[in-house]
Amino acid sequence: MERARNASAARMSIDLQTVKKIASLARISVTDGEAQALVPELNNILGWVEQLGEVDVAGVEPMTAVIPNTLRLRDDVVTDGNVREKVLANAPQAEQGFFAVPKVIE
Amino acid sequence: MSNVTDLTVAEIRDGFRAGNFTAREVAEGFNANVAAAKALNAFIVETPDHALAAADAADAARASGDLKPLSGVPIGMKDLFCTNGVQTTAASHILEGFIPTYESTVSGKLWDAGAGMLGKLNLDQFAMGSSNETSFFGNVISPWKRNDGGNASLAPGGSSGGSASAISARLCPAATGTDTGGSIRQPAAFVGISGIKPTYGRCSRWGVVAFASSLDQAGPMARTVRDNAILLEAMTGFDPKDSTSLDLPVPAWEAGLSSNLKGKRIGIPKEYRVDGMPAEIDALWEKGIAFLKDAGAEIMEVSLPHTKYALPTYYIIAPAEASSNLARYDGVRFGLRDLPDGANLQDMYAATRAAGFGPEVKRRIMIGTYVLSAGFYDAYYTQAQKVRTLISRDFDRAWESCDLLLTPTAPSAAFALGEKQADPLAMYLNDVFTVPASLAGLPAMSVPGGLDAQGLPLGLQIIGKALDEQSVLNAALAIEERAGFTARPDKWW
Repeated sequence: MERARNASAARMSIDLQTVKKIASLARISVTDGEAQALVPELNNILGWVEQLGEVDVAGVEPMTAVIPNTLRLRDDVVTDGNVREKVLANAPQAEQGFFAVPKVIE
Repeated sequence: MSNVTDLTVAEIRDGFRAGNFTAREVAEGFNANVAAAKALNAFIVETPDHALAAADAADAARASGDLKPLSGVPIGMKDLFCTNGVQTTAASHILEGFIPTYESTVSGKLWDAGAGMLGKLNLDQFAMGSSNETSFFGNVISPWKRNDGGNASLAPGGSSGGSASAISARLCPAATGTDTGGSIRQPAAFVGISGIKPTYGRCSRWGVVAFASSLDQAGPMARTVRDNAILLEAMTGFDPKDSTSLDLPVPAWEAGLSSNLKGKRIGIPKEYRVDGMPAEIDALWEKGIAFLKDAGAEIMEVSLPHTKYALPTYYIIAPAEASSNLARYDGVRFGLRDLPDGANLQDMYAATRAAGFGPEVKRRIMIGTYVLSAGFYDAYYTQAQKVRTLISRDFDRAWESCDLLLTPTAPSAAFALGEKQADPLAMYLNDVFTVPASLAGLPAMSVPGGLDAQGLPLGLQIIGKALDEQSVLNAALAIEERAGFTARPDKWW
């Protein structure tokens, strides 16, 4: 049921409002003109990938690792650190050992 | 002495050891070629001093009998590998001016092996592209021209287009590449060189600017199969800093090279005979089959029934992973910051990313954001990961009857810059033969097979079982020996 609803939702084409919502989720500001241009581009690509819906995947597990590999564990100890200057070296704005950003609390 | 810049990696290594020339002469020769080839736009940053320092160290090592595997060999480094103290941009504006304070594992291994760096090679922005037209630092131009008397600038392929162009033009004897859906193999084919993407997990991804983490894999590019084997040995090996790194010994691939394919079974996947494939590509494929037969291999038709779904699967999974990976570019910790007057933190993120990413990168981030968003995740992403399982199973079934697969590398020779740019989808289709092996994590290599009627190189692809790079290299060697590919672009740059 859930699958069916999602599949039909996926077949809907996306409109200008959806493009603006995606851009907002992706934290990319777009002008109206850019958003307009993206509507057919994204619809073309999404319309094309939707052919995957015709593949019978009953009983198939989604792939999680292409090459069988087990995640390793290591001792829970500090292995590096004390490199504050290096970490901050490329920051657009670093102040007193911190990353500085615009005021967050109004 | 012949021109050192015409030598292969093996010839430089061995000639230097034999005392035929100094490492400094080699580095100076390639530095001069790099400096004289600005028209190709293959490099974002040139590092002649790095190459000279490594060369001087190699000359000193030779005097003291302390040589390393790549002593005396200068190479190009794709600008996707973080290099300590040298700008690393992924060909993007958002990372312009970023100077890593650390070294990627793969580049570090190459320097430890004695190699020197000629510079950081241009690429498609964040490795997203098949033509090198998405770089913030301008298009890379292929040194090749069509023989029709025209002067059209051709695409070197992508995303490792700077690597391809530079090797083909003798600006470096070898270079690193990375391959997410064909980014080593397709450019290698376009410029008449070889390149191998090893099994996923062979090369550490640590310090490589991430595009799609379940697909990204580094590998070498060079003019010969032997050179690829030499470089691959230096690049691979277990790295505790990459959770998907394979904890396996590095095989002696160069020592294991043999073009005798007796007993090897080569599968020809019938689904790769796509509609509208040019007759020349088909003829090249037949030629490859004849080469491998001649080397003693047995040829058989096999079926990979889900092949047609590989590209759409890739164009869900790769953008999805990219949208997550590229979330780190926020204007806070490194890279560009765009802070409009009066902007708050959220405005800063959006302005920074709008200014810092190119159109193709934005397109892919947005596709990825969409397919991962609430309500669509199962229909797109989970479905794609299930189809990916089926694509991988197709290969497993093929391996029950054969050891390797032979296919063309790309459905066409190099196209002209601008020719496919208007339609993103048409560009994506150029990766039709390379993407399936990427989705299954398998080793795959492109080797030159011949020239088309326009005088442009065409590549053949060998795909192997997981971890069986040796058989892939050996089959490529058998093709290389028989194809006798000696064509090179006439110098115009």
